Amino acid sequence: MKNVRPKADVAIVGLGWCGSLIAEELTRAGLNVVAIERGPWFETATDFPPSIDTDELRWDTRRSMLLPPAIETTTFRNNRLETALPSRDWNLNELGYNVGGSGTHWAGMAWRFTPFDLRPYTQTVERYGKQKIAKGLILQDWGVTYDELEPFYDRFEKIAGVSGKAGKLNGEVIEDGNPFEGNRSSEYPLPPLESMRLTDLFRDAAKSLGQHPFMVPAGQASRAYVNPLGVRMGPCTYCGYCLFYGCGNFSKSSPNACVVPALMQRENFTVLTDSAVVRVNKAADGKTATGVTYIDRNKQEWEQPADIVILSAFQMQNVRLLLLSKIGKPYDPVSKTGVVGRAYSFQTVSGASLFFEDENLNQYIGAGALSQQVDDFNGDNFDHSDLDFIGGAGILVVARGARPIGNADALPPGTPRWGKEWKKAYTHAFQNGTFIFGQGTSFSHEDYYLDLDPEYKDDNGNPLVRVTFDYNENDRRSAKFIEEKSVEIGKAMGAKIVIGTNSAAGKYSPFNFASDHTIGGAVMGTDPQTSVLNRYQQSWDMHNLFVLGASSFPNNAGYNPTGTIGALSLWTAKAIIDRYLKNPGPLVKV
Amino acid sequence: MKRRQFLQSFAAIGLATSLPATNAAEVSGGQPWEPGKIFTPPPPPKKGGLQYLTAHEFATVGAIAERFIPADEMSISGKEAGCATFIDRQLAGDYGNAVTVYRLGRFVKGTPEQGPQSPLTPAQRYRQGLAALDVATQKQFGKNFVDLDGDQQDKLLHAMEADQLDLGPQVETKVLFELLLQNVREGFLSDPLYGGNKDMASWKMIGFPGARYDFRDLLSKKGQKLNIIPTSLIDNNL
Repeated sequence: MKNVRPKADVAIVGLGWCGSLIAEELTRAGLNVVAIERGPWFETATDFPPSIDTDELRWDTRRSMLLPPAIETTTFRNNRLETALPSRDWNLNELGYNVGGSGTHWAGMAWRFTPFDLRPYTQTVERYGKQKIAKGLILQDWGVTYDELEPFYDRFEKIAGVSGKAGKLNGEVIEDGNPFEGNRSSEYPLPPLESMRLTDLFRDAAKSLGQHPFMVPAGQASRAYVNPLGVRMGPCTYCGYCLFYGCGNFSKSSPNACVVPALMQRENFTVLTDSAVVRVNKAADGKTATGVTYIDRNKQEWEQPADIVILSAFQMQNVRLLLLSKIGKPYDPVSKTGVVGRAYSFQTVSGASLFFEDENLNQYIGAGALSQQVDDFNGDNFDHSDLDFIGGAGILVVARGARPIGNADALPPGTPRWGKEWKKAYTHAFQNGTFIFGQGTSFSHEDYYLDLDPEYKDDNGNPLVRVTFDYNENDRRSAKFIEEKSVEIGKAMGAKIVIGTNSAAGKYSPFNFASDHTIGGAVMGTDPQTSVLNRYQQSWDMHNLFVLGASSFPNNAGYNPTGTIGALSLWTAKAIIDRYLKNPGPLVKV
Repeated sequence: MKRRQFLQSFAAIGLATSLPATNAAEVSGGQPWEPGKIFTPPPPPKKGGLQYLTAHEFATVGAIAERFIPADEMSISGKEAGCATFIDRQLAGDYGNAVTVYRLGRFVKGTPEQGPQSPLTPAQRYRQGLAALDVATQKQFGKNFVDLDGDQQDKLLHAMEADQLDLGPQVETKVLFELLLQNVREGFLSDPLYGGNKDMASWKMIGFPGARYDFRDLLSKKGQKLNIIPTSLIDNNL
């Protein structure tokens, strides 16, 4: 006999940023919403108050908040000639495992993408011609423009309590903001965080080179704040325990701090925790979803029927659920047909290690997104006519906390890694060592994709996602360019030792922690032959199925993805409320 | 706060009486926060005794910690700081037993990019590795590692670091070395709560304030030497 819960209007898979934002919208519109979260209930007061938060070993070194690979991991190979093997230990796939998802442990860099990032094909061809696109590179427009998304970026920033300074406000360029950003209709809800010694050095150096530094928009509240949902946030105390930690101050933007407290007051909302969704259920004719099946703590299968199903698990897990549920045509890299798993990308990272002589950087004072950046070499902000690549990177420094254990090897090359000399060098580096981070665009490629592994499974017997990925030639060229620019800035900062770094010079590895932004695999677009979702993140295959997350991005920009993930979730919510509910069916005709 | 409705769901349409009730927590109508529930740091490891290492292994790890982090004017040694105690407690727990590691399916050696593909847990690596180290030193010097002088120990550790010390077919020497170095550093630099970093010796050395949460009063002192007295999760002497 089957276990079946009462039917809901909407079943949401994963209660992170996407799930909580759309649940808030849909419950406010009167729908009965059930969210199903694989991890446990998690909130500030009981799970990460200041009394236990300041513990690098527990939260950073041992990754205590994250989904352990033992529960779910991916397999990996650099190309199709290799056999994929499981990423068995902690790696750059950093999934949440709690109410709040990755939004609880993230660093808080709360960006908008630029107009170029959402229509890279059209703009590249217009500006440089088709020949600029490297062989095999997947370049396609998203189907939604920056101008359409602008009001939703605005709403996300206000809900999240983002601290920053506008650079382009209602057509006017504003000093000390980012002159390259997409046009904004309003200022950030909070002013920028205080700049630290490190960010001052970067700013002054960048200015001396004729570049345009600005404070990165931060998901850390610079003042006490009440968001549009009525939820209160506290002012950031610059404690430096940010990335990988929950915020005990209610200052870091997170679903837990910003959305869930309002959401939980709604009688028409329920979250089932400790419940892992394993598939989307389909009607007999395969044309609609009927709900989802999940496994509870006793390994019992349950069914949650629903009129609308929204996948908002982590990027990898969204793609996995589509593949396990057999929704959409899986991508075949040989024939280059199919869409699920296609267009997978990452983040192209290069930069420089810096060691000053006699500084007191005091990097233990900071916040996850306390950062100065220049966008002069990001995206299509500069002329690529004489260059052999497209894209670029945001180049930044970040005062994000000190990491005594994590930085024990961050020393000039040739330094002994133990013994008396190590102690001396490390003590010096603690106040003088830092790095410039070039966070670069990442374009997807025909040869690299996601599918289900033929051998390795999780402990429910379901196949793991297999990642076939390496850096493509375009992105390798872009990374080298950015490395050179980073070294230039590092020298202008007055560092005694400046060494270029480039994670894209060699092979990609999940164990090289260049970034944790895994992107794509269930992308949005205008053409069902090259996308899984339409421009509203609605499945081309089933009109009552929506998929939210970085899995929607056909390419990654030179920015952290969360702001765009949030804006797109709100954009989809509006499409559902204003149009879909009145007339359930495909929102885009082809 | 509105009336909370935090309940374990026992009733659902179609529930067969022979099956146990769902163990999903069903949360609605408010946040399931219990007033008066205080979240305190995890309890510090029990003092005294050993939970995993033998007395000989403990002495060997202490000797290694002493070479990795010797005593000098900057700080006490890694051994004095309690690194071996820290490691003993870690190996006895989830970390030592590789609880978070994916251990299903065939173990096949892959490319360096594919990362570790071994069924061995840290606890097992220590047991096998330390025994193999003594076999090697007995062969070369007629003594166990712990009984060699500092220079001899350093030479061996350098050789391990360079993957030039054969410890037999069961032991991946370089992996063992990196594990030892990482764990000794953790013991030296982590919160004293976990049994190492005695009296916050490492934090005093590097100038790390430890378990502090509010630096707003210091934001105006950019670039200055701050000399903050560190505190830890078990030090309430502020």
